[in-house]
Amino acid sequence: MSVAKRIIPCLDVDKGRVVKGVNFLNIRDAGDPVEIAKRYDTEGADEITMLDITASHETRDTTYKTVESIASQVFIPLTVGGGVRKIEDIKKLLRSGADKVSINTSAVENPGFVQEAADKFGSQCIVVAVDAKAKTDKDNTWEVVTYGGRNRTGIDVLEWTEQVTEYGAGEILLTSMDRDGTKEGFDNNLVSKVSSGISIPVIASGGVGNLDHLIDGVKIGGAEAVLAASIFHFSEFSIKEAKEAMKASGITVRF
Amino acid sequence: MTQIAVIDYGMGNLHSVSKALEAVSQKESIVITSDQEVIKTSDKLVFPGVGAIKDCMEAFSNDLKETVLEEVKKKPTLAICVGMQMLLESSEENGGVEGLGLLNGKVCKIQSNKDIKVPHMGWNQVNYLKEHFLLKNIKDSSYFYFVHSYCCPSSKDALTETIHGEKFVSSFAKDNIFAVQFHPEKSQSAGLQLYKNFLDWSV
Repeated sequence: MSVAKRIIPCLDVDKGRVVKGVNFLNIRDAGDPVEIAKRYDTEGADEITMLDITASHETRDTTYKTVESIASQVFIPLTVGGGVRKIEDIKKLLRSGADKVSINTSAVENPGFVQEAADKFGSQCIVVAVDAKAKTDKDNTWEVVTYGGRNRTGIDVLEWTEQVTEYGAGEILLTSMDRDGTKEGFDNNLVSKVSSGISIPVIASGGVGNLDHLIDGVKIGGAEAVLAASIFHFSEFSIKEAKEAMKASGITVRF
Repeated sequence: MTQIAVIDYGMGNLHSVSKALEAVSQKESIVITSDQEVIKTSDKLVFPGVGAIKDCMEAFSNDLKETVLEEVKKKPTLAICVGMQMLLESSEENGGVEGLGLLNGKVCKIQSNKDIKVPHMGWNQVNYLKEHFLLKNIKDSSYFYFVHSYCCPSSKDALTETIHGEKFVSSFAKDNIFAVQFHPEKSQSAGLQLYKNFLDWSV
């Protein structure tokens, strides 16, 4: 027996409401984050990730309140990301009840921030979110993109994930921006290359459209955890169905 | 009224721990405190810990350490994660740190390889070696949530064990001390049941 593969529903939250867009466009309202988090907890989610997609200063207090409210009612791990730029942001999120904090753009702009955060709070609560886009000029290479995919950095994803592992990241949340919102499945080639190159857990994200995609992320991609948003929000599938499908394919899951 | 002190020495997931205790408490009062007088007058203690063990030990002032050591010896105590590791003899983390020595065992780094990821992060099974009141109404081999890079491979005080590559001790019981490597406050219904058992526990 070993550690169970995790299913992580993701709440993209904008001004206190759960939304889900296709390639970050066409945003649809999916409801109240606290209610949705409670439903996922009851259905057997292993963790919850909440991404504050607006993350502007005006909405920051709403985010802390939402985190506090989820954390006092849902007793599974909660990761919060979006707009985390300073040590103070991390401190506030952890105090509000987040268990882990996900750092994205600010890690790329200042890699020392990952190290500082891991030293201060411990690797276990520092997730580095990596948004990856395939390079057009060379097969099987990906570059890191920031600002929700709008900015190409030229940084190689495999080198980057090795680097942040050294800096003390505890986990990588790896999103394929080519697949995100497409429902075509994870970019398992990407997931497997990243996962086999580092010693810390990789969460596969971006592109889940059905339950087989979750299975493939673990079996083909080698992910420790799979993250999905829209298939769960609009109740196309429940977390329980997802777990049953994974179990039937021979994957160790928690019931 | 029974009072439970969640010891605040600046390094714990206190919010989650106290929320989980509140969720299962009926008559107990839960206080997060660093006040030695409050710790002395409380009936039970919860000793959490998160992050690097050296920082936790350093954050723990000498005065407070002395009081906690005295009180932990006589009151029902639940130690969690790095809090648990601090009660052992020593840890090889941060170049070697001496523990409080209330439980038997030493803390070592978990060995990683391609299949064994470190930190050991996620849900894993807790297998019983013995029975204990704190495991009441929780099935053997239930899943609990773990996040750690160091573990204790064996101990005379072992109550349960878990496998991540190698076997390690996932909980300890000795007299009035119950200590867990996992996070019951993040382990959904099994974890809440454990907290409930702790509230019901009399030594």
